[in-house]
Amino acid sequence: MPSPAILVEALSKRYRNDAPPAVSDLSFSMPRGATWGLLGGNGAGKTTTIAMLLGLLVPTSGRVEALGHDMARDRFAALARMNFSSPYLALPSRLSVAENLRVYAHLYNVPRAEKRIAELAEQLQLTDLLDRPSGQLSAGQKTRVALAKALVNRPELLLLDEPTASLDPDTGDWVRTWLERYRAESGCSILLASHNMAEVERLCGHVLMLKQGRAVDQGSPAALLQRYGRDDLEDVFLDIARGRRSREEAAVLA
Amino acid sequence: MTGGAPRRVWGLVYRHLALYRRSWPRLLELMYWPVLQMLVWGFVTSYIGGNIGAAGGAAGALGVAAGVLLGGVLLWEVSLRSQMGFSISFLEEVWSRNLGHIFVSPLRPRELVAGLACMSVVRVVVGVLPAVGLAYVLYRFGLFSMGPVVVAFIAALLLMGWAVALGVVSLILRYGAGAEALAWSILMGITPIAAVFYPVAVLPSWLQPVSLALPAAHVFEGMRAALLDGRVAWDHLAWAFALDAFWLAAMAWVFLSQFRAARVKGALLNIGE
Repeated sequence: MPSPAILVEALSKRYRNDAPPAVSDLSFSMPRGATWGLLGGNGAGKTTTIAMLLGLLVPTSGRVEALGHDMARDRFAALARMNFSSPYLALPSRLSVAENLRVYAHLYNVPRAEKRIAELAEQLQLTDLLDRPSGQLSAGQKTRVALAKALVNRPELLLLDEPTASLDPDTGDWVRTWLERYRAESGCSILLASHNMAEVERLCGHVLMLKQGRAVDQGSPAALLQRYGRDDLEDVFLDIARGRRSREEAAVLA
Repeated sequence: MTGGAPRRVWGLVYRHLALYRRSWPRLLELMYWPVLQMLVWGFVTSYIGGNIGAAGGAAGALGVAAGVLLGGVLLWEVSLRSQMGFSISFLEEVWSRNLGHIFVSPLRPRELVAGLACMSVVRVVVGVLPAVGLAYVLYRFGLFSMGPVVVAFIAALLLMGWAVALGVVSLILRYGAGAEALAWSILMGITPIAAVFYPVAVLPSWLQPVSLALPAAHVFEGMRAALLDGRVAWDHLAWAFALDAFWLAAMAWVFLSQFRAARVKGALLNIGE
């Protein structure tokens, strides 16, 4: 049986001794080929968790394995097989789209880089933009370029931080449809952090709810809706954020 | 370096070369200061030379004095451009908010350092060569007239630039982009004790050991030995490279410590802020 895409055991992160932990005793195992959503309000610990999964941040305690590699000892072997996209990071704005993709094709040691770039450009409708400086693109175009960068090494594990933030509904839908198709074709595992509940409901088979650094609930979107007696995930999110109990918990307490 | 390392280093170098290809002001800036420095010192040398000549001084001594000053200017620019080339290439990643992408790629810290060192060499060549050419055309000073030893001087000063730059990058990792002013000023600040334009013996005795701890002081003592006495000062050359090795090892340790500390504190997430 292959190792999970992500294995997290008793993960905690405390930035300062006199501050509460940003992530506390988090454990989960995300199977290969799955798409999971990481949900939580601002300050819930999503970014800290993703940074630890990427090896950008050293945990205070606990361990992370990505694609079977221990991130404390062997993170570069894992990083070569995964990738990341976030609207909070940018690509050098003066470089053309093709130059930016070429840089990352080199950094990820991608064989036949030019062919891969042409392939991605065609799939993500970037062919006409390849010679344009990245800084001159619209938000939607930048998102597609960021996705191309994140897919340049055909990652087995893709971490996406708010992949459709600041996009108009049409472009957001286009990105979600594309991600659905890509996942089906590639079998890639995806962990997605988002505030867009409709997006999470549509793309994710499993949702991990974080609050104050702790996993407070998890399950498939359907299971969560049923557990909280709600019609959409946004209400479940609000129930959790505001400390309202699930139906099961309420029944037990009653 | 492991398999694929040369390609990853090339990826980083390609990123910066592509930037210069698309930004002529950056390219111009590389040459601007070395040429300006050389022009100012060249004219100062001509002026002083003219006065000494008018007072009946020997023409040969004038040429040697001019050579010592211009040689100092041009060789010191090697160190300055080497340090700035390294540090500013790192800062380019901070300014473009690209550092997060770099640090989650399989590029190892030592490969990052190798890529920045390559860019430093490129910036030295592009920045200093025009000044060297102009010094010959305008003042008949050939940097390479002091013999093949000048290659060793240039190498020692390049290495010193990298050691200082590793310290600057470490401070940026520690304190964020707020420390970026050091990339321009730190090496300028040690010019008075680097023995660029005068021998170490001119300094107060208590300051001389500090000066002699710098590879540059030995390079410039060696340069004066080559220009004034026509000999290679092997002892100074050996000291320069030994001190380079010491400072590079020390600064590499500081860099790796700060990189680890930045991963603990989460500084890699918001280094540009």
